[in-house]
Amino acid sequence: MAKYLILIYGDEQQWDEMSAQEQRRIDDGHAAFVAKAGAGVIDGGALQPSTTATSLRAGSAGSPTVTDGPFLETKEALGGFYLLEAADLDEAISLAAQLPEVAAAHSGVEVRPVRDPG
Amino acid sequence: MDVSGNVSGNVSAEVLGEVREAVAQAHRREWATVLTATVRVTRDLDLAEECTQDAYAKALRTWPRDGIPTRPGAWLTTVARNRARDLLRRESAFQRALPLLVMDDVIPGPDDVHHRPIMDDDRLRLIFTCCHPALSPDAQVALTLRLLCGLSTAEVARAFLVQESTMAARITRAKKKITAARIPYRVPSAADLPERVSAVLEVVHLVFTTGHTAPIGEHLIRRDLLDGAVDLARLLHLLLPTDGEVTGLLALMLLIDARRETRLSATGKLVLLSEQDRGRWDRAKIDEGTALLTAALRDRPASRFGLQAAIAAVHAEAPTWADTDWAELVGLYDVLLTRWPSPVVELNRAVAVGLRDGPQAGLLALSPLLDEPALATYGYLSAARADFLRLLHRWAEAAAAYEEALALTDNDVERAFLTDRLTEVRTHLD
Repeated sequence: MAKYLILIYGDEQQWDEMSAQEQRRIDDGHAAFVAKAGAGVIDGGALQPSTTATSLRAGSAGSPTVTDGPFLETKEALGGFYLLEAADLDEAISLAAQLPEVAAAHSGVEVRPVRDPG
Repeated sequence: MDVSGNVSGNVSAEVLGEVREAVAQAHRREWATVLTATVRVTRDLDLAEECTQDAYAKALRTWPRDGIPTRPGAWLTTVARNRARDLLRRESAFQRALPLLVMDDVIPGPDDVHHRPIMDDDRLRLIFTCCHPALSPDAQVALTLRLLCGLSTAEVARAFLVQESTMAARITRAKKKITAARIPYRVPSAADLPERVSAVLEVVHLVFTTGHTAPIGEHLIRRDLLDGAVDLARLLHLLLPTDGEVTGLLALMLLIDARRETRLSATGKLVLLSEQDRGRWDRAKIDEGTALLTAALRDRPASRFGLQAAIAAVHAEAPTWADTDWAELVGLYDVLLTRWPSPVVELNRAVAVGLRDGPQAGLLALSPLLDEPALATYGYLSAARADFLRLLHRWAEAAAAYEEALALTDNDVERAFLTDRLTEVRTHLD
């Protein structure tokens, strides 16, 4: 078994403008995903919008520079994640494929293997 | 591969020649079998590859002295696997902690119908691993040529006109992803199989077309790629004998490859289908391709590759260019367009229309394609227009179209052909 981080990316404006009904459909999709993945879901959650993000980089005099905003400014922002346990990439892909964000045109997910501490 | 191994003792040139031939043949036929048998020991593609390479090198060294074994594949497998066991025993604990290939240790029982592969063969596992959609198409092709066909990294690099170091990096990165992301070494389940098979066929077809007309360079044909693609299709057909696309692709490649020796003149010039010496087409390949085509077309609806093979068969069966059944070809292109819409197929259909109804009709059929963005840099469209314009004696327009085709072609043999045509057309301009 191995761990995979599922990163959910999408257009934040479109997420903001979702109707209550669309929002419910997405929530139901996640509930169905969690039910299907069962014990495979180690953790997961939706993130607050990237406007709430704070980034830290090395600054002068040994203290970090703290700035407002996400580390990378991108059109599609990171909106949520799951940490999954799966036997292999095929299993991780077949689970991730069921996330409602995969079906929407403006969003998608990235499957990243987590390094095995060995 | 390098067939110039060091040979000890006094061995006649004749024996040496026989050994080299036997090793080259075993390389073509058994590379993938030896490699996959070794992967069973190593659970590591790199190490298995190294040991397989060593086994072939050892064959070149020892067979001249000891004789060619009755079963070269079995000999090579034993040597490669023993070498792998030796290396594994010597390996440090640190290296052993590296991630291994994800292999199913337990063979699914008869109850597990959903996950049972159609055929249990390690070569099939390797093909599906190399052509996994999580790998880039470039990497899929490179890995397939390296691991399944046994081409060296330098040979793969030459085929795709990249630096050997670039290709080596691409192959290394892909192999690293296979282990780090745990791409399984497995035949996909029945539910995923059709989609995954079609990805594999795309790779095999690309290898073939790249070998048929090299995109750039001095050679029109890359024999190693053609042979590699046909061997892969044979293997897939052996493993999935009832799949219409697989059967169709093998038929297509055999029917086209039958013309191989007639596509270049003695002086290395391009010989068009219309000018080829049909008596020198490879009858055995045509017969085999036709038989496979009959089987492939039993599938309804007809598969894309089955239809393409049917088109190739119309040419193979015509005793002369003039006897070609253009109406049949146009009809087949029409069906192919419904099955697999593509601007290139539309272009081929328009050419067939022109050959059926005359150059004026051909030009008319080509004209809507001139605005097709996907064909904007496709030299064959310009060349087809140029030919019809030439037949209509519209010399100035023909010359311009040949010039356009030349600007879009990087293969030296094709360039020489187009230059000859351009020169001929220009003589009418004065």
